[in-house]
Amino acid sequence: MMADGHEDEEKWLAAGIAGLQQNAFYMHRALDSNNLRDALKYSAQMLSELRTSKLSPHKYYELYMRAFDELRKLEMFFKEEARRGCSVIDLYELVQHAGNILPRLYLLCTVGSVYIKSKEAPAKDVLKDLVEMCRGIQHPVRGLFLRSYLSQVSRDKLPDIGSEYEGDADTVTDAVEFVLQNFTEMNKLWVRMQHQGPAREKEKREKERSELRDLVGKNLHVLGQIEGVDLEMYKETVLPRVLEQVVNCKDEIAQFYLMDCIIQVFPDEYHLQTLDILLGACPQLQPSVDIKTVLSQLMERLSNYAASSTEVLPEFLQVEAFSKLSNAIGKVIEAQVDMPTVGVVTLYSSLLKFTLHVHPDRLDYADQVLGACVKKLAGKGKIEDNKATKQIVALLSAPLDKYNDIVTALKLSNYPHVMEYLDNETNKVMATVIIQSIMKNKTQISTAEKVEALFELIKGLIKDLDGTPDDEVDEDDFKEEQNSVARLIQMLCNDDPEEMFKIICTVRKHVLTGGPKRLLFTVPPLVFSSLKLVRQLQGQDENPFGDDTTTPKKIFQLLNQTIEALSSIPAPDLALRLYLQCAEAANDCELEPVAYEFFTQAYILYEEEISDSKAQVTALHLIIGTLQRMHVFGVENRDTLTHKATGYSAKLLKKPDQCRAVYACAHLFWVDDQENMKDGERVLICLKRALRIANAAQQMSNAARGSTGSSTLFVEILNKYLYFFEKGNPQITVASIQSLIELITNEMQSESTTPDPATDAFFASTLRYIQFQKQKGGAVGEKYEPIKA
Amino acid sequence: MNYLIGAFKPSCNISITFSDAKTRKQVPFKKENGQTVMLPLFQSQENIYGKISVEPVPGKKVEHNGIKVELLGQIEMYFDRGNFYDFTSLVRELDIPGEIYEKKTFPFEFSKVEMPYETYNGVNVRLRYVLKVTISRGYAGSIVEYQDFVVRNYSPPPPINNSIKMEVGIEDCLHIEFEYNKSKYHLKDIIIGKIYFLLVRIKIKNMDLEIRRRESTGSGANTHVETETLAKFELMDGAPVRGESIPIRLFLSPYELTPTHKNINNKFSVKYYLNLVLVDEEDRRYFKQQEITIYRLEENSSVPS
Repeated sequence: MMADGHEDEEKWLAAGIAGLQQNAFYMHRALDSNNLRDALKYSAQMLSELRTSKLSPHKYYELYMRAFDELRKLEMFFKEEARRGCSVIDLYELVQHAGNILPRLYLLCTVGSVYIKSKEAPAKDVLKDLVEMCRGIQHPVRGLFLRSYLSQVSRDKLPDIGSEYEGDADTVTDAVEFVLQNFTEMNKLWVRMQHQGPAREKEKREKERSELRDLVGKNLHVLGQIEGVDLEMYKETVLPRVLEQVVNCKDEIAQFYLMDCIIQVFPDEYHLQTLDILLGACPQLQPSVDIKTVLSQLMERLSNYAASSTEVLPEFLQVEAFSKLSNAIGKVIEAQVDMPTVGVVTLYSSLLKFTLHVHPDRLDYADQVLGACVKKLAGKGKIEDNKATKQIVALLSAPLDKYNDIVTALKLSNYPHVMEYLDNETNKVMATVIIQSIMKNKTQISTAEKVEALFELIKGLIKDLDGTPDDEVDEDDFKEEQNSVARLIQMLCNDDPEEMFKIICTVRKHVLTGGPKRLLFTVPPLVFSSLKLVRQLQGQDENPFGDDTTTPKKIFQLLNQTIEALSSIPAPDLALRLYLQCAEAANDCELEPVAYEFFTQAYILYEEEISDSKAQVTALHLIIGTLQRMHVFGVENRDTLTHKATGYSAKLLKKPDQCRAVYACAHLFWVDDQENMKDGERVLICLKRALRIANAAQQMSNAARGSTGSSTLFVEILNKYLYFFEKGNPQITVASIQSLIELITNEMQSESTTPDPATDAFFASTLRYIQFQKQKGGAVGEKYEPIKA
Repeated sequence: MNYLIGAFKPSCNISITFSDAKTRKQVPFKKENGQTVMLPLFQSQENIYGKISVEPVPGKKVEHNGIKVELLGQIEMYFDRGNFYDFTSLVRELDIPGEIYEKKTFPFEFSKVEMPYETYNGVNVRLRYVLKVTISRGYAGSIVEYQDFVVRNYSPPPPINNSIKMEVGIEDCLHIEFEYNKSKYHLKDIIIGKIYFLLVRIKIKNMDLEIRRRESTGSGANTHVETETLAKFELMDGAPVRGESIPIRLFLSPYELTPTHKNINNKFSVKYYLNLVLVDEEDRRYFKQQEITIYRLEENSSVPS
């Protein structure tokens, strides 16, 4: 059916064009032979084609344009006639004899144009007559096109200032009056379209109307171009009249389009000076008008205007642009009860951008905006609407983008209140935005207070909001988020230890609420951040301020508790590492009991929580490594700890692991630069024990698989021997090295040994090393000399 | 009688000429047979004078019982065609009975002739003025020649000329108020006015203003009324809404109007009406008719507006 309608329309259009062309042909003939009577007759017939009701606006426009072209020729003819002495006034009457109104009025406008040009009558009188007579066309489409024609032909003939048609006094008023009247009538026709025809064709009608809107809007363009419309006149006449029409037409489409037009057409300066009037109209618009877009555009224009030159800024202050806009928005929201949240937020978002642009120094304005927004959102609960939350993100991102500095944003007391209205998901997004802003700008957040505020803002990332963990979260996203939090924690620093300690306490307070999944990510940076503070303090001497001040001890206590939190996850591996880190730091601070305590914790974890054999191996090596570096312990403590460590080593599950752990333990008894920690005997005991285990391992392998495993362990032990030999451990003799080399050589030649190129290479390079050391000469060379490889 | 003349070839030519023919204004006049001829124009109280010449066909003589010229004002009803009612009849004897051998010219004059009615050509009636020359002959029938002329009478602008203003409507459906600037218009006048829509509940398609002429002839039970629409002038296209006001500007000059004639000699009347017609989308017509008076204004006198 639709297709048929379309085809029919094509047919009607074709018929219309044919009729038009035919009459135009006769009209041309009459023009050529200077036959006025016939020219009028055929032009009227030609214009009768425009009387059709069958065409959609789009097609009608096509027909209209053809008629328009023909009318230009007719106008030329009329001009010629007038030049030849034919009275224009007579012509003006003559065309009014046409019986049909539409052709009559087209002709009248055409002659009217010549009439004005002839200056036989004041332009204003002719214009007034034309615009009045056009009332006869009440059909929306035909009326709109006719008046559009009038507007077109009169455009260059308005009695504007400086125009050749300018009359005696005050003729700009006449020009304006004319355009305003034509505009008003056109708008009425345009609005009327909405109410004509069956309800089911509403959509089609709205489409047709939107096709016609520029015809109406063009009048505003013309007004905008009239030279004589100065601010005074704009304020007193033009704007109030236009707005009156906009408000009174009570039509959603028209109001939206025309408000937009007003904003686009007239100069920014005028808008600024007439904000009261313009904004006053907003709450009076229909509730369904998309006023947020209108106001947003206004504010955007004003922002750009403010940005264009600093000279205009005083104007903004003078007219109190901000408070006016702010009030207007409040009123609009009140007036439009059904405005969706997204509208509310968009409005405030635009206002915020405006104030950030225009009054970057007035942070209180920005805060006011946020506060007002919170008020309007109050009672709506979490916002579910996707679009609205996006707008809130935009709203909240604006100050960050503007100041590139979260610190400034943190001064906005209403900022967190706005965030409260975000759903969890968006809250996280916003928090991420904030963190990214900090990262990007390398912002330093240097007081506990600000940190407190910041964490309040990003609490979506810090803990499960509403206490319900969200199972839906994508694992990768979650990691990404938490990594960014971790990075953020690293960014927080202050050179003043007091403040830094406060910051750490604050962060800790928040972080600990994060639940097991987050602690994994957040505790390590917190710990390291604290350790950084410890390192900073360790360089300083006794704190002169007594007990209240920050001491490493206090920090360590805090750290202990912090790491303890990990037990709830549990994450023994991580906790163990952190304990060891702390222990090392305590060591550097010469705090033996603290270091011991950390080791104790680490051991307890090792014993009670780490059961996986591989994890045990790793943990144990970490313990050994750390312990080796500790120098703070007294003999007793150290013995206890090393004893334990060696004990653990022997209890590892796999023989090779045992072996390696045991020879690693050898280092615990030999610390290079500390004379009191060089116990050669116990080193040797460890190494021998390692050898035994390696042996046992090989036998086991032989028993189990029929072939001895590789001799790698032996080569590794050989290397340890060489290490300690070189370090001057008297218990490591050339003989013992020699026998070990032989043992390995035998092993490798034995048939039961599985050949292993890696071991062969390892061994070969070990031997090369010995050779190399020999050739070095000097003390080392001498020492190595006896070894035969 | 006339056809006899045609049949037997007149034995003489009669010509009637007005003395001021050269300077007198001529106006087009549509004859019964549809042809338009130019006729001299007179008004009441004018002197009508000229010459009548009788020229026998060469070699023949005209024997007569007297020659006279009559000025007749006649009304002819078409239902009674051929039967003229003379409301004016003036006679001048031109010649006593005798014989005419060669061309003979007689001057004539009717002074200050009272011609109260205008020449009128209607649907059912016509009013004409004619000079009738009769050469009376006893046996062969009289020889008659006619010369039509047109009479138009001018009126001064009426001292009182109120506007026509009226509110009409159909309850809860359509209420309009219309206004015509005058009730009396001259023939080249312009009707200015407006229509104000107070209530519109019907879907109007367009609105026309018609000029209608009502010619009534006869009297009493024999009254015959004929109405013609002389002008159909579109005032509005499309459906207005409440509060719209539509301008009227209708130039009367293009239309062939006559002055209003009231009860001409008890024979006929011609009245004019403005008929405002609204047509809705179902082609129903809503109309309101108002009588207007049309008068003839001296061409170069100005009208107080």
